[in-house]
Amino acid sequence: MSRPIADLDIKKITVTGGSIGLGAILVALVGMFEGLNGRLIISPGFTLGYLFLVAFPFVAGYVTVKEPVLEGIELPERGPRDIAAGALAGLVVGACLIGLIALLQTIDLSEMMPNWRAPLYQFLTINRGYSGGVLALLGISLIFGGLGGALHTLPQLGKRIVSMILQVVLYIAVLEPVVDDLLEGFGLDFVNDLLYEKRGGLKFGSTIALTILAAGTAIAIYRAREKSRSRTEPAPSVFGRLVQQMNGGPRLNSADRRLATTYSLVITVVATVILPFFLGKIVNELLVNVGLFILLALGLNVVVGLAGILDLGYVAFFAVGAYTMAILTSPLSPLFTPEMSFWAALPIVIAAAGIVGVLIGTPVIKMRGDYLAIVTLGFGEIIRILFLSDWLGPIFGGAQGIRKIPGVNIFGANLNGTDPRGIFFLVAAFMSIAIYASWSLERSRLGRAWMAIREDEQVAEAMGINTVTSKLFAFIVGAILASFAGAIFAIKVGSVFPNSFKLLVSIIILVVVIVGGIGNIPGVIVGAVVLIGVLGGPTQPGLLQELSQYKLLVYGALLIFMMLARPEGLVPSAVRNRELHGEEALQDDWLKGDKPTDDKKGAGTV
Amino acid sequence: MASTTVRRESVWRINNWVDAFLVLIRVGALSIIGIGLIAFAAQQMSGEGLTGPQLRDLLVAGVAQGAMYGLIALGYSMVYGVLGFINFAHGEVFMSGAMSGFIVSTVLFERGLWEKNFLLSVAIVLFIAITVSVLATILMERIAYRPLRNSPRLIPLITSIGVSFFMQNAVLGLFGPASKTYPQLPEALSMRRNILGVHIEGTKLLVFVVAAISMAGLWFFVERTKTGKAMRAVAEDKEIASLMGINVDRIIVTTFAIGGAMAGIAGVLWGLLFRGVNFFTGFLPGIKAFTAAVIGGVGNLGGSMAGGLVLGLAENIGPLFVLAPLGVPGVSQLKDAVAFSVLVLVLLFKPKGLFGERLSAEDRA
Amino acid sequence: MNLLKINDVTISFGGITALSHLDFHVDEGEIVSVIGPNGAGKTTFFNTITGLAIPNSGDIIFEDRSIVGIEPNEITNRGIARTFQNVRLFPNMTILDNVKVSQHCRSKQLLLGPLFNTKAFREEEAEIHRRAEEILGFFGTRLIGYRMQQPAFVLSYANRRRLEIARAMATQPKLLLLDEPVAGMNPIESAELTRLIGRLRSEWGFTIIMVEHDMKVVRDVSDRVVVLDHGETIAQGSYEEVSSDPRVIEAYLGRPKEDAS
Repeated sequence: MSRPIADLDIKKITVTGGSIGLGAILVALVGMFEGLNGRLIISPGFTLGYLFLVAFPFVAGYVTVKEPVLEGIELPERGPRDIAAGALAGLVVGACLIGLIALLQTIDLSEMMPNWRAPLYQFLTINRGYSGGVLALLGISLIFGGLGGALHTLPQLGKRIVSMILQVVLYIAVLEPVVDDLLEGFGLDFVNDLLYEKRGGLKFGSTIALTILAAGTAIAIYRAREKSRSRTEPAPSVFGRLVQQMNGGPRLNSADRRLATTYSLVITVVATVILPFFLGKIVNELLVNVGLFILLALGLNVVVGLAGILDLGYVAFFAVGAYTMAILTSPLSPLFTPEMSFWAALPIVIAAAGIVGVLIGTPVIKMRGDYLAIVTLGFGEIIRILFLSDWLGPIFGGAQGIRKIPGVNIFGANLNGTDPRGIFFLVAAFMSIAIYASWSLERSRLGRAWMAIREDEQVAEAMGINTVTSKLFAFIVGAILASFAGAIFAIKVGSVFPNSFKLLVSIIILVVVIVGGIGNIPGVIVGAVVLIGVLGGPTQPGLLQELSQYKLLVYGALLIFMMLARPEGLVPSAVRNRELHGEEALQDDWLKGDKPTDDKKGAGTV
Repeated sequence: MASTTVRRESVWRINNWVDAFLVLIRVGALSIIGIGLIAFAAQQMSGEGLTGPQLRDLLVAGVAQGAMYGLIALGYSMVYGVLGFINFAHGEVFMSGAMSGFIVSTVLFERGLWEKNFLLSVAIVLFIAITVSVLATILMERIAYRPLRNSPRLIPLITSIGVSFFMQNAVLGLFGPASKTYPQLPEALSMRRNILGVHIEGTKLLVFVVAAISMAGLWFFVERTKTGKAMRAVAEDKEIASLMGINVDRIIVTTFAIGGAMAGIAGVLWGLLFRGVNFFTGFLPGIKAFTAAVIGGVGNLGGSMAGGLVLGLAENIGPLFVLAPLGVPGVSQLKDAVAFSVLVLVLLFKPKGLFGERLSAEDRA
Repeated sequence: MNLLKINDVTISFGGITALSHLDFHVDEGEIVSVIGPNGAGKTTFFNTITGLAIPNSGDIIFEDRSIVGIEPNEITNRGIARTFQNVRLFPNMTILDNVKVSQHCRSKQLLLGPLFNTKAFREEEAEIHRRAEEILGFFGTRLIGYRMQQPAFVLSYANRRRLEIARAMATQPKLLLLDEPVAGMNPIESAELTRLIGRLRSEWGFTIIMVEHDMKVVRDVSDRVVVLDHGETIAQGSYEEVSSDPRVIEAYLGRPKEDAS
């Protein structure tokens, strides 16, 4: 039953297109298009800026046509109507941008808005002047909007091919520094020249090649999945059985699951140990930053994810770790100079973090969630202001901070900021400790108590749990993990300044935890890799250096988006999925055929 | 739902070491304040302290700032009273009022209207600033908060953090980091006058007048109009209110909008008084205004205004009355730390505020 | 020997006096039912014992020590456990975890145990697991086996009530407070649970105070019945004595009008 072309939901088109169009105007005026314009994706001419630009009508078209897939309801048939709807939505976006161009031509607001200038105009009109630009925008918005809508008309295989092509091309293009380093490290420099242009961006020819490769891979994967789906008995290898589970087949049994986990762990460890040797300095530096944030995020995950306490002053623990290490190891420490080694200072750092954790945690333990959040924010700021103040300058160095922090001596070598690879291994070591600690605590008596407190604090108390002590332990563990990150940070940078410990950092760590997947370890790691790796940290650039100026805007938008669309994060934990989607998750499991084996007959009146 | 549990305990009762710790903090804070005040009194008596005019200026400044905090606090208070969460982005609503006020006032200044007819200019600026801040709050509510109406408590809070962050950086990206300066007030208005024996700057007088009118308008609206009554009903119990035929969604939007309008007015006043605004202007006043709302009692509108005045006075007088006499150098640097400390102390020891909370049925813990 | 003694306890809030000069006691090994019309103060009664409400005057003595003003988790630690009238499980935790976490006050491992996977830690976890299975097994086959790993919210209503009791059992109490244990169950389930309550005393040694409306259960299992009305005890004794007490009848049904219409 295909609907006629004329039957278009004008309201939905206008609203969707309009809001996305307004978003495009915001992005334009903030200067993001121009910023991204510096990076070539496909040489010649196709920059990240233009990719982002065409993404707007494309997304508008896609979203307008998208309809939620409900079990048991017949899917609407796709056809030209969807392409038309998509194109129209794209057109609305284009209209918004054309309006902006017109305004740029006529009024001069450059005093108010620094980006209201010629470069933006040139970008939006694609350097073709007014009428040329308008026509170009019309064309782009119609075509890409239509494409977005058309995406829905493709069969499964088609969608997968398109998705694979886009992903492969984008990853190879965006991850250029990493790919570059890796190829060099493995001595495959010539592949570099084949792929990329000298000044960046993929070569046109290689793009075509990659497209064909991606399409082929998608088809191959699809065929393999079909084949595995048609198999009725379990596959001979663990990997095969894993694929079967992914295709909606039977769940892996516990022996298989353990094997699969062991394999993945071994592969991860090997990769972590070997890769840094094949990567250049810049990428290693990036890995260090990602690692530090993984540490921080794991710590916050214990506080927010496991114990359910929203701590907005988490950066305070990071600062305590860094400053304690600085005071104890640097010869320039104002108060006294014990000049201890990293390892000797570490226990004191841990103790300091624990004490501060108790000091901050105790007053707030009994508060309502919202109030607790803002009080911890207050504490975080108070600590930063104290570190910054002249009053306590004789201890903390005031605005100048403390410099000349020496490196770490381990196995005879001295690791410091000039050797990112070494620091990375240090970070990785502490990261493993943090991962193990989180994992084992979650499964312990304390972890159960935390979850009970999250579920129903009053009943947890009635069951004999001392909520005060339990929550305090969460603070302490979180504080200690953050202090690890702080100590290594101090070593890496070689100095500590109060400016590195703003509220901003707490919020970014929170975004990482939430986007990644609150309450679960793989989620947090994925979150850190994706966000810090690509967008960058509060002061450190990520892979997309062009986004550095706008990354905070993206962080804010991401937080809102995730809370609305997918609060359980990118990698949801089973528990969190249950909490947020309870009934649905159960039904989905049941639909997948996950019926438990009834090993005791006569289960009684259930 | 929680069973009726009643644990009325004296704040000085020590059940465990947590309570002991809290008592220690209380005693410590009170001692510091006490000693500081004594030192201050000693200074005054020995003639080294503040002079009469200085004192008076501090008080006036405190009241002016307090009035603005009070206006912003209304928004926090109303939203918490109705929906039960802290709208972190409310400070940014204030900032949007301040920024749009800047744009309009600059335009008016360049057209000469600012000097020619100041009062009309102010009216135009206020009108547009209110429109912008109301628009901002309505968008916020519609896009980010309404879909999360039934989510667990912390999710709307986290979303509001995202909104706050986003708005700050959007304004930063749009307008740049530099501080935007409001045009000077016409000489005739900003000069010092003698009102009721008190020497006061014209600008501050303007702030008082506008704040007073806004508060009066709000009081009238909430107490006397039908919508106001509906707002109070929704704040009391959403479910019952909807059963009584009230369109709860529309009332919630109205609540947000009015809070936003007040914040927008405060933004313009801030700009007129302090002249410099930028993307970050909303952060500290936002937090301080929230403190004020708690001091006065969340959900309690009169309390919010009162709390604002208390906080404004404390902020201006505190560092000089308490810390300076104790010999703490660089007191102005610590001003914000003092404000945060007040926040912490208030939430620790008087979370129900001075005048009592008014929360909705679901949120009464 | 008096396990629990309530002396002249009065508690009022919001203008309502929920309990008024209440006297109550229970001896070790007894099963006492507390009945009374709605609003008689039965839930407040439980809340007061478990520390969720603090009396304005009077004293509550458990095992010769006063427990007034003690924090709820400490009261549980001392040996008083309760179930809730409106079942309050930890819905997203597994059934097994619900029972495991209730053993919190009877175990000690904190940070060092799990972090270093010490022998003490492993032994304690094994013991917690064993005890949880044992307790769940008390209810037959319904809550064990593959079910233990399922989240608690999948349970049927009757099973949830059973899990409530299992959780309270897991805190190893001396005194067990059951708040309307059979509310909402059908006659077969009620009868089964009544037998279980008897076994709770005979096999597990708990002293039980039960608030109930279902008179059949009250009659079948109680040693003694206490009737509350408007926060005071108006009668106590065996079920037969109490059910024929005119004051009790009046509390439930009111006094018939003497004057003819």
